[in-house]
Order: sequence, then structure tokens, then C-alpha cells
Amino acid sequence: MREIDVKEVTQAVARLAQKANFELGEDVLAALKKARERETSPIGQEALDRLLENAMLAKAESLPLCQDCGAAVVFLDIGQDVRLTSGDLYTAVAEGVRQGYQEGYLRKSMVAQPFSQRVNTGDNTPPVIHTEIVPGDKLKIGFMPKGGGAENMSRLVMLKPGAGEQGIIDAVTSAVKEAGGNPCPPLIIGLGIGATAEKAMQMAKKALLRPAGWPSSDPETAELERKVLERVNSLGIGPLGMGGAVTALAVHAESRPCHFASLPLAINLQCHSARHAEVVL
Amino acid sequence: MAIWNIETPIEDKFRKKLCAGDSVSLSGVIYAARDAAHKRLADALKSGKALPFELKGQTIYYMGPTPARPGRVIGSCGPTTSGRMDAFTPTLLAAGLAVMIGKGERSAEVKEAIKKQRAVYFVTYGGAGALLAKTVRKAEVVAYPELGAEAIMRLEVEDFPVIVANDMHGGNLFEEQIAKYRRK
Repeated sequence: MREIDVKEVTQAVARLAQKANFELGEDVLAALKKARERETSPIGQEALDRLLENAMLAKAESLPLCQDCGAAVVFLDIGQDVRLTSGDLYTAVAEGVRQGYQEGYLRKSMVAQPFSQRVNTGDNTPPVIHTEIVPGDKLKIGFMPKGGGAENMSRLVMLKPGAGEQGIIDAVTSAVKEAGGNPCPPLIIGLGIGATAEKAMQMAKKALLRPAGWPSSDPETAELERKVLERVNSLGIGPLGMGGAVTALAVHAESRPCHFASLPLAINLQCHSARHAEVVL
Repeated sequence: MAIWNIETPIEDKFRKKLCAGDSVSLSGVIYAARDAAHKRLADALKSGKALPFELKGQTIYYMGPTPARPGRVIGSCGPTTSGRMDAFTPTLLAAGLAVMIGKGERSAEVKEAIKKQRAVYFVTYGGAGALLAKTVRKAEVVAYPELGAEAIMRLEVEDFPVIVANDMHGGNLFEEQIAKYRRK
């Protein structure tokens, strides 16, 4: 049994919150540069140039890439041979979020009482935490600041089982088309296919953590990702919805077995500022 | 598609020249207001109360910044989704608001009100908050400080980059550009 002090978790989360908000990953930068080469619209090209410039500036000056520093979504992959000591794990994660958002001058966007008072909690807590127990004695922490504009365009569709591949392509295309410029394209499209309604959405979210453009390890799912991407990029929505060839940078799909009466499809859209940071303790 | 350098407030004689797709470099005063502030402004107008700033002819930017680091004017300050303001916008336009800056498309009602009130809707670069911060010379909260990042701010900007999305003649950047790049 390996022991990890939850204070280490707090420190790691505080660091990741800032790193994710200041530095776009090399994978996302590469995808944006590739998009700039492929883009044919002059307005779209100009938009991509500004986004690349923004990323350089944000990193150099420790300024948030976007004023929407997101809801704090934290993924914990906990090795089954890890014992967490000196306090409550979820409290430690929340404390890391509080410290990271304070120290980094990040915007605090969380409000309590969602359907009534909507008072800002003041420190961007509580985070949304997804925990998985995995083999081994490590603790992997993934941090994703998820902006409201893109998250608002999420969709869960319970397709008829016979809808198949074409049903999925049509449903995703319709979601992206209706979203237009709102979720800040070019997008990374997270898809959760199969399982149950709630699990599918979690799969769609977690798929966004994959390095931009990495295909699914399952060849059939990878082929579906290619088809969805091709179709979405025919819409003409383009960078920031101002028209162009590149509406999405990548499609990341995860699929799992499901009930024979169902075909759950969860769509979680990620804006071009696809921020995430990971550490293994 | 023309390129303009314009000072705010933008008078009608300039607004009417602006066409969807034009690039504009804005300088002068703009007011930042987003969801919660819009609800309060619309409520004040409905109940006949005075507004915290003179709306007539002014520019509203849909934005809530990150906190400024010490010694800085403002934090990151890119646009938020304009569509969430649609329910309040016709009321504000009828009260004299002339220019809006945000991101994404507007509702049919807002597009109609833009024509009727001879207004203009600009978009700027969503997710480029660090870059846009470079154009802000001065920033101060002028109303609803208790709303934190959603308070109304008066900003002085220099060469703030925007693109005309909806003009008073019915031009629509999104429709025109997306149609050009759509593949069957």
C-alpha cells in the first residue's frame, strides 16, 4: 500500500488549474496550426492567427487564455494500492481549486442555488470530480477548465438501436450546426456512445482529455470519428462561426456495450481553447 | 468588405455605412455587461428606474473579465455568447443602445430590432481574451459591484478588433460566410 498525503493533491490541483488556464497543450497548438494551413476563408485564417497569437501571449504573461476559466472538472484515476492520508480527498481537491483560482487571478464563475439566487461562490468551488479506481499504486489527476459557452451546447440523444452509424453522424452534425459559433469553433467533439445515459456523457467528457486528434484505439470507432469529422467540416461554420473549412479540429469518441433496446449518444463540445493538464503522483 | 477605424460612440451616420463582414478597429469608451447585468438593466427600464449609465448611442460589450493582476488594467477579456442576452436586447435597443459586441448569432427578434433601431452588432474573437486585454487602456466598475465579474464596467479601448456581424440593412455575416464554405 502506497501512502499519498492529500496535501500533495491540493498542491497539484492548484498548479494544474493555473497551468491549464495559461498554457495550451502542444497537441492543441499543433491542431490549430494545421487548421490554419487548411483554412480557406480569409476571415477564418485571421481568426486562427489571432488565436495562435493569444496562446503565445497567455503563456508568456501568465494571463488566462480565455476570460472563462471554466467550471473546474477534475478526473481522479486512483490506483487501488494507494491509501490517501491526512484528510478528505474531495475537500483537498476543492482546496486546490480555491487556491489555484485565487493565486492565478482566474475568473470565478460558479454560482450556488442554480435555479434561484445564483450567488457566486467566490472561489470557483465546488469542482466536479470524476473518480475511477484503476490498477496500480499511482494517483493520476486530470484538470479540465470547462467553459460555459461550449458546455451549454452539450446534448444527450437516446437513438433508436437501428439508427446505427448514420444516426450518430446525423445527430452530431445537427448539434454542431445548431450550436454555430456559440461554442467557439474550431471544436473538439467528445462523443460517448453506448452504456447508459449518465455514463455516456461522462465518456464524452473524458474523451476530450485525449491529445487532440489521437484516434480511438478501436478501429471501428476511429473510422466513425473520421466520418463525423468529415461531415462536420462540410458545414461551413468555420472558426468562431464566421464561415470556413475548419469547424472541428478533431472528434474523440468512446464506445461501450449497451442494452439491446438502446443506443445512447452523448455529445460534449470543447471550444478551440481545449485546456487540460495532467499529473501523476 | 471594408476596413474602418472608428471612435465610439458611433453615430448613426457611421453606423449606416457599416456592412456585414467589414473589419472595424474601435477606440473609445465601451461598457461591459453580461447576463446578470442585463437582467437588472431590463428590470430598471421596465419599472421606469434610472439606469446606472447613459445608454443612448452607447456600446455594450458582452464580457466578464478575469481579475486584473496587480499593476495591470484588466485580466483576460474576450466576448461571451451573445445569444443569452437576446431576451433583453430589444428592450435595451429601444432605450437607445446603438452598438453591441459579442460572439455568435442573434435571434430573429434581435436582428429585426437592429434594423428598426438602426443599430449594429459586432463580433470579436472568442477565446482570445489575453490578446484583447492588450487593447484596454482603462477599466472601472460603474454599476452592480456586488455581481463581481458580472458587474458593469466602463472600458477605454484602443484599436479593439471587431467584425460587423449584423448591420442595420439586414446584412448577416454568419449566413453569408457559412453559405460560401458549405459543401454538399
